[in-house]
Amino acid sequence: MAERSFKAEVEHLRKGAGETFTGEGILAITKALLENGVGYVGGYQGAPISHLMDVLADAEELLGELGIRFEANANEAAAAAMLAASVHYPIRGAVTFKGSVGVNVASDALANLSSSGVNGGALVIVGEDYGEGSSIMQERSHAFAMKSQFWLLDPRPNLPCITKAVKDGFELSEASNTPVMLMVRIRSCHVTGSFETRDNQRPTLSVKDALSNPQSDFARVVLPPMSFAHEQDKIKNRWPNAEKFIRERGLNEVFGPKTVPVGLVLQGGMYNGVIRALQRLGLADLHGATEVPLYVLNVTYPLLAAEFLEFCEGKDQVLVIEEGQPEFIEQQLTTYLYRAGSTVKLRGKGILPMAGEYTGQVMLDGITAFLKEAAPQMLPALVRAPNEDKPQIPDLTKTVPIRPPGFCTGCPERPIFAAMKLVQKETGKLQISADIGCHLFAALPPFEIGGATMGYGLGPAANAAFDGGGERRPVAIIGDGGFWHNGLSSSFTNMAFNKSDGVAVIVDNYYSAATGGQDIMSSRADNPTKATKHPITKALKGIGIDWVRQVDRTYDVGHMRDVLREALTTDAPGPKVIVASSECMLNKQRREKPLAAKAIKEGRRVEAPRFGVDEDVCTGDHACIRLSGCPSLSVKKLDDPLRDDPVASIDQSCVGCGNCGEVADAAVLCPSFYRADVIHNPSKWETRLAAFRARVIGWLQARRAARRLDFGGAA
Amino acid sequence: MTLHDALSGALPARSADPRLSGIIKLAILAVGGQGGGVLTGWIEDLARSNGYAAQATSVAGVAQRTGATVYYIEMAPHRVGDPMPVFSLMPAAGDVDIMIAAEMMEAGRSIIRGFVTPDRTTLIASTHRALAVSEKMMPGDGIASSEEVMAAAGIAAQRFIAADFDALAIANGSVISAALFGALAGSGALPFDRAAYEAAIRASGKGVEGSLRAFGAALDVAANPVAETAAPKPKAAVAEVIGPARLRAAWDTLAARVAALPAPVAEMALPGLRKVVDYQDIAYGAEYLDLLATVLVQDSATQGWALSREAAKYIANAMAYDDIIRVADLKTRGRRFDRIRKEMRVKETNLLHLTEFFHPRAEEIVGLFPAWLGAKVEADPKWMARLDRLFNKGRRLRTDSLRAFLTLHLVGGLRFWRRRTLRHAQEQAHLARWLQTALAETARNYDLAVELIRCRRLIKGYSDTHTRGQSKFDRVLTATAQIAARPDAADWCRRLREAALMDEEGKALDGAIATIRSFA
Repeated sequence: MAERSFKAEVEHLRKGAGETFTGEGILAITKALLENGVGYVGGYQGAPISHLMDVLADAEELLGELGIRFEANANEAAAAAMLAASVHYPIRGAVTFKGSVGVNVASDALANLSSSGVNGGALVIVGEDYGEGSSIMQERSHAFAMKSQFWLLDPRPNLPCITKAVKDGFELSEASNTPVMLMVRIRSCHVTGSFETRDNQRPTLSVKDALSNPQSDFARVVLPPMSFAHEQDKIKNRWPNAEKFIRERGLNEVFGPKTVPVGLVLQGGMYNGVIRALQRLGLADLHGATEVPLYVLNVTYPLLAAEFLEFCEGKDQVLVIEEGQPEFIEQQLTTYLYRAGSTVKLRGKGILPMAGEYTGQVMLDGITAFLKEAAPQMLPALVRAPNEDKPQIPDLTKTVPIRPPGFCTGCPERPIFAAMKLVQKETGKLQISADIGCHLFAALPPFEIGGATMGYGLGPAANAAFDGGGERRPVAIIGDGGFWHNGLSSSFTNMAFNKSDGVAVIVDNYYSAATGGQDIMSSRADNPTKATKHPITKALKGIGIDWVRQVDRTYDVGHMRDVLREALTTDAPGPKVIVASSECMLNKQRREKPLAAKAIKEGRRVEAPRFGVDEDVCTGDHACIRLSGCPSLSVKKLDDPLRDDPVASIDQSCVGCGNCGEVADAAVLCPSFYRADVIHNPSKWETRLAAFRARVIGWLQARRAARRLDFGGAA
Repeated sequence: MTLHDALSGALPARSADPRLSGIIKLAILAVGGQGGGVLTGWIEDLARSNGYAAQATSVAGVAQRTGATVYYIEMAPHRVGDPMPVFSLMPAAGDVDIMIAAEMMEAGRSIIRGFVTPDRTTLIASTHRALAVSEKMMPGDGIASSEEVMAAAGIAAQRFIAADFDALAIANGSVISAALFGALAGSGALPFDRAAYEAAIRASGKGVEGSLRAFGAALDVAANPVAETAAPKPKAAVAEVIGPARLRAAWDTLAARVAALPAPVAEMALPGLRKVVDYQDIAYGAEYLDLLATVLVQDSATQGWALSREAAKYIANAMAYDDIIRVADLKTRGRRFDRIRKEMRVKETNLLHLTEFFHPRAEEIVGLFPAWLGAKVEADPKWMARLDRLFNKGRRLRTDSLRAFLTLHLVGGLRFWRRRTLRHAQEQAHLARWLQTALAETARNYDLAVELIRCRRLIKGYSDTHTRGQSKFDRVLTATAQIAARPDAADWCRRLREAALMDEEGKALDGAIATIRSFA
């Protein structure tokens, strides 16, 4: 089950002709898939496309009615491989994952698919995780389209255009026997808006029916000599067919007057940003009617030479607005101009920055600079000769602290890294490699554990050079998501086969947590359509790893530290693997909080734990925070002239996970923490016992208080 | 036709489409988990149901994982059937009409990013702090200055609406998103009335009553900004001293001695005296004042009694060192139980279980031995190992149960024994050494003496932390001694102390000491 329920959104998916869908871009794409007769959908979750997977996972019933197969693939490679169904059968298929990382993983299958070519429309929906909010390396999925020769759509970021791109994508794929990648950026996935819906379409041929009439054609197999024929087919047939389709259907758009001697060439995804810059310059109106001609590339690969040259006719200069690098589009268009012997001056990177996101300011600065040179008369006087008279705003960059993401309140991964920090105090610094997932937050303060990440499922593989061991063992960390994604084969069989002497810690939080809490093989939940509850330890034993320790409560910091220490020091040969399991607190709270509230209401006994700090005992050293970083554990300044430093303090959001107490114990910190368990609806016997205790305790307290001075403030 | 002709003929330079000024651009900067998404949804609904076209975007992803997150909304009046306006997907510097910051440093971040400009931006900020990890983990005081952000906001924003909307929300049983929605309504920055806002909350259907309460409260605050009075907070009335008449009389005598001190010293000496008397007894209070008197005779009004004032503070802290007796005493007081019941919102029908986390080591146990015996045992590693085996383990004590309470109550009652303990002897010796070192500088370099007194701040915590503090203290004093003859020694001493409070391992301190060695 994902973090959120998408039952409400599923209802939107049922909308028919003439109705209006209002919501997020990624959900609009999901709806468009159904409207275009998709026969199967798959993918691997990850921001910003997780919602597509989540909503379809909640839409089993609707998909069943339409005869659509939905698959939560093991990883992106598996998802892309699923598109093989469209190679022979005229079935439309779509898969989704995040780019560029997901495309990296999928690239083997995508390359084979592109060589074979497709019969049914094959659509790859990629959420391009680039710019602000991105959690990955900054690269472009664009390069994959170029190397494997599949087509790349980059539609204008509004719901009607994005959903139209889904339709265009399937048709383009079929017209050119080539898979099509639909690229949507983070903000386009989360942008809200409306579009008019159409009726959902059953696939003309369902995957079930296809199984009744299996097909095969060795001409499609990537083996010589067919593979050579595939290459020729790409160039001689598929490419021209694609160009023809793009041209005839007008997938790219031209806006603005024809006669102006300057123009802007842009990726579809840049359109709103460009219009905003033009609006601010007085060159476009509210609805985007522009005074500067625009050539909007809703298809960014292939680029159509004829169409581009036509746009350039009569122009002196054009500016290519292409986000990311290298500047593939700009290079290609330059070649087109050169080959055509054109004198049109093409500008691009240089006026605009080579690297980084094209924010509002970047776009405004770039277009202004271009027009200042190429057509200064178009600009309002104020822009041409700006009147710099801005008030000096104090520089706060040294004041405001950075706020990177971190472990949630009560996260079960926190105590694992607290234990690891304690172990490193004994052993000295260890070689630690990390993987992809929430656990990577441990690389940041206060833990600063793990120096590198090489990709999903590759944590232990990234330590392979150290497999031979040394004075101290290397440690690798990997999540349960990474373990099932790719880790079992790439990391653990690698360790087992090479008789690694290393230690691997598998952080098992019952979900693919960082991507939104989707179920995986080892999830503990009942899932009607997926096989869950397969212990990771069983898989490890299966590949011949014998030294495996299962920790069922990561919050036991002392135990966690002891197990780590054992793994680092044992004489046992081969890989040493620790499976540290406790449920993701975010998901646990979502599930249990309403249940607890209901139980209290119904009069059942409920214990609600929370931690607190005795501020008089706390001396304000913050050692506890350096082993925690929990959002609910903060510091506050006391109203006491004798105290210099703020003391620890725990706020209402504490979920009583226990890390504070465990750390205070394991690291021998101060005794200022206490746990308060509030018992709702206690039993009669309990209440009586508590009343008796309170009487005795109260008497003792009163007796002592009467013999000393009471200053009111203390304790 | 030349370029110039083409441009001047076909394209007279124009000013922006007047309808563009109808676009309202609103950005929200929040910390993950603050409900920024909910707030965005409300604002969107509000706009759409009042005849506006609206578009929202966010860069969620890791938003829930406590990071800083931006949400962005644009809206413009829209008639059904008209083409949709083209909205931007991200806020641009200098082009934001309303900036909502759900936390004080996020307000600062919005200013850094240029989203707050004096020509157009209404900045609505919650003044509460959700401290970043970097602020919390410093051994000293790493909290960023809200005042700087407030000052910058006053300059950067066209209008600045600030209040603790988090506290307001909690007081009304809701979360900050509802309060910020109320603040937005109260600001009048959007052309919608109160009922329209409330309709948006009702339409969302979750926690409606609480949200409406927080909304209303915040609306009132934002609509009727009370000029933040610069007047200092009224000092919390000092609670009256209660206790047996004999002790009260003795206290009054001590208090009278404090009253006779110069005002700046008395101001610090009174809380100091309370602390040590509360810690031990009246006699200990008298000792405190005697010690202070030895400082006072070397001090004078010409320097504003700075040395004595600092001594009043740090001698009290040094005398009230943290030992097991102190902790047990504090943990078993009735007042503490009452405070916890209140903080944890324990109702009449509920019970409260209290678990304390103790981890005594041999050092703490030996600290309780009589000084002569303790010193012997401490010097004998065999005995220390034996004691460690017996005592060194984590102990969880349920102080609501009789056995654990009685144990702690008894230990807390050992105050009569404290003066004879090894720990007390050690602390007294350390105190004497420190005072002597500082006072020795009074004649040559008064400021250095003051700084040396202040170095006591470095000693805090228990076990490892305490050891680390001691070591930092020693290193700062040693390094200072090397340059004590320099006229800027006081400044260096302060720098060393501040460096020592920067990080746990003392890297910054090592750096500072290396600098000193280079010229000492």
